[in-house]
Amino acid sequence: MSTIVFIDTRGEKLPKAAQEAVTYASKLAGGPVTAVTFGTGSNLETLGAQGASKVIVARNVTAVDGQQLTKLVTDVAAKEGATTIVCVQDGTGKTVAPRIAAKLKAGHVAGAIAMPEGNTFKRNVFSGKAQAFLEVTSPVKVVSLMPNSIPIAKGEGTATVEEYSGDLGAARITVKEVRKAGVGIPLPEAEIVVSAGRGMKGPEHWGPIEELAQLLGGATACSRPVADMHWRPHHEHVGQTGVAIRPNCYIAIGISGAIQHLAGVNQSKVIAVINKDPEAPFFKAADYGIVGDAFEILPKLIEAAKKLNAER
Amino acid sequence: MKILVLLSQVPDTTARIAFTNDNTQFDASGVTFIVNPYDEWFALVRALELKEAAGAGSVTTITVGGVETEPTIRKGLAIGADEAVRVDVQPTEALQVAEQVAAYAKDKGFDLILAGKETIDYNGGQVGAMVAELLDLPYIALASKLDLSRNDAGGTTATVERDVPGGVEVMEVNLPFALSAAKGMAEQRIPNMRGIMAARTKPLTVIPAVATDNVATTKSFELPPPKGAVKMIPAEDAGKLIEMLHTEAKVI
Ligand SMILES: Cc1cc2nc3c(=O)[nH]c(=O)nc-3n(C[C@H](O)[C@H](O)[C@H](O)COP(=O)(O)OP(=O)(O)OC[C@H]3O[C@@H](n4cnc5c(N)ncnc54)[C@H](O)[C@@H]3O)c2cc1C
Ligand SMILES: Nc1ncnc2c1ncn2[C@@H]1O[C@H](COP(=O)(O)O)[C@@H](O)[C@H]1O
Repeated sequence: MSTIVFIDTRGEKLPKAAQEAVTYASKLAGGPVTAVTFGTGSNLETLGAQGASKVIVARNVTAVDGQQLTKLVTDVAAKEGATTIVCVQDGTGKTVAPRIAAKLKAGHVAGAIAMPEGNTFKRNVFSGKAQAFLEVTSPVKVVSLMPNSIPIAKGEGTATVEEYSGDLGAARITVKEVRKAGVGIPLPEAEIVVSAGRGMKGPEHWGPIEELAQLLGGATACSRPVADMHWRPHHEHVGQTGVAIRPNCYIAIGISGAIQHLAGVNQSKVIAVINKDPEAPFFKAADYGIVGDAFEILPKLIEAAKKLNAER
Repeated sequence: MKILVLLSQVPDTTARIAFTNDNTQFDASGVTFIVNPYDEWFALVRALELKEAAGAGSVTTITVGGVETEPTIRKGLAIGADEAVRVDVQPTEALQVAEQVAAYAKDKGFDLILAGKETIDYNGGQVGAMVAELLDLPYIALASKLDLSRNDAGGTTATVERDVPGGVEVMEVNLPFALSAAKGMAEQRIPNMRGIMAARTKPLTVIPAVATDNVATTKSFELPPPKGAVKMIPAEDAGKLIEMLHTEAKVI
């Protein structure tokens, strides 16, 4: 019975989701685990703080090539005799984890949101409108953890970092280019999200939305029509067809709260809604609400956020 | 260009979510079923566009499910797929579905296999990747753009984009390969009368399932606890929202 964890650490900083996954794996194992990763990321030894005793890194794999990465993970799993393989339910995890499961004929928990009871894992279904309990009965389990589901452990340890020396074959997928779309916090990782909809009337009115997000240390998001009309970039679009997020705080401004929008944000811990229509469906899903004109309310929120920042 | 599109049937996006039999079964009473939006709007439509651009080839859809999925399968044909296959078994779990699709596809020589980003009921985002593994094909998850061009070796190379946190990743891969389609891939097509008429006579082949091992089972469901009442703040005191989020909710 051993547990390993596969994470994507390619960025300049260790992603939050990777630290969560190591924490989760180590809690599942009841002790230190081996982490498997790829690319040229640094600070891998600090994953010891989340419970990794060893990090095995395939430096020459740079693209998310599911075949190379599946070979990497199943190879380490075989060496370690792993019966549980933890991954992250993000773009990289969705490419690799189901492949690992198919290869090992293992049950896959796509998006676990809590620690299991025995072999039964809780996950979101129906876009967060319900949860399901999935029992895995295969000898090997693959568990992909939903980002923002558990707090990151902050221990003392330092992991040893080992370079993977096996042969993973040639990459069949090559990354040609990564087009950066602005700086700031990536939406799925943001703990605070300020989001706006068609109620903002046009892209020229996004200044205060960005300012508020920046003051609160959060990211900006938008509803689907806003992205469709090119008022905002597509990767900011949240909801059923966009990104699903679960920040601590979601502030929705001029968004009606259609069911398909809620599907992507209903896992937020606290939801605040600002809408001039008291009948807007979003108020039913909200913890805090203000009925009023966004153009009058935003300056007040910005002023209050500046005051708060000055005090802390 | 031979393309296989994975089509699943799901409850409508606005369906009321409830469970019966001691919370072990989805309550389908009064629920309208549709083609999973990612499969229909993005995977299927892009497949049709690529076939049209090539001026040759075929688009086949495959659905793992009972006879009750046939109306949604016909919708795929009405939008423009050439033929449809239904594997006659109730889907219970992702690997089981993937094994059915892989068993059908393995010796058919598809150039492209397109799945949707995820089913909007089970939200796994996993079947496409599993099919790719079982067929030993490259796979790109969450693709938002797919273009094809001839390569020097006489084959076809795909350029695929996908949204990643903070930007867009542009990748290249040679055919054959599989992907899951997200928004951006294509624009929804509404079937016209001619398409609907033609769909009636297009082939819908039902094939038996292959045997698979059960690796996971959904035991039960739970609805989230109802939200407490919303706290309203008067517009004049809007600044108080920030204060309350800080001191009361402790989230900023
Ligand atoms: C299958 C499917 C999938 C979908 N997926 C998504 C998705 O992923 N994400 C998504 O967002 N949508 C999605 N939609 C669309 C969704 O149904 C709604 O149409 C969309 O969310 C509405 O966007 P909105 O709230 O910005 O605009 P509107 O519905 O036009 O709402 C604008 C709101 O702003 C308010 N308002 C106007 N002026 C002001 C002002 N001055 N001050 C304050 N408030 C003001 C109005 O009262 C209104 O409530 C999907 C639809 C379908 C059918
Ligand atoms: N029963 C099914 N029959 C055919 N295709 C399916 C089925 N279930 C899922 N798929 C395909 O796999 C994709 C991902 O599904 P999932 O892993 O369930 O989120 C869907 O968008 C479909 O393209």
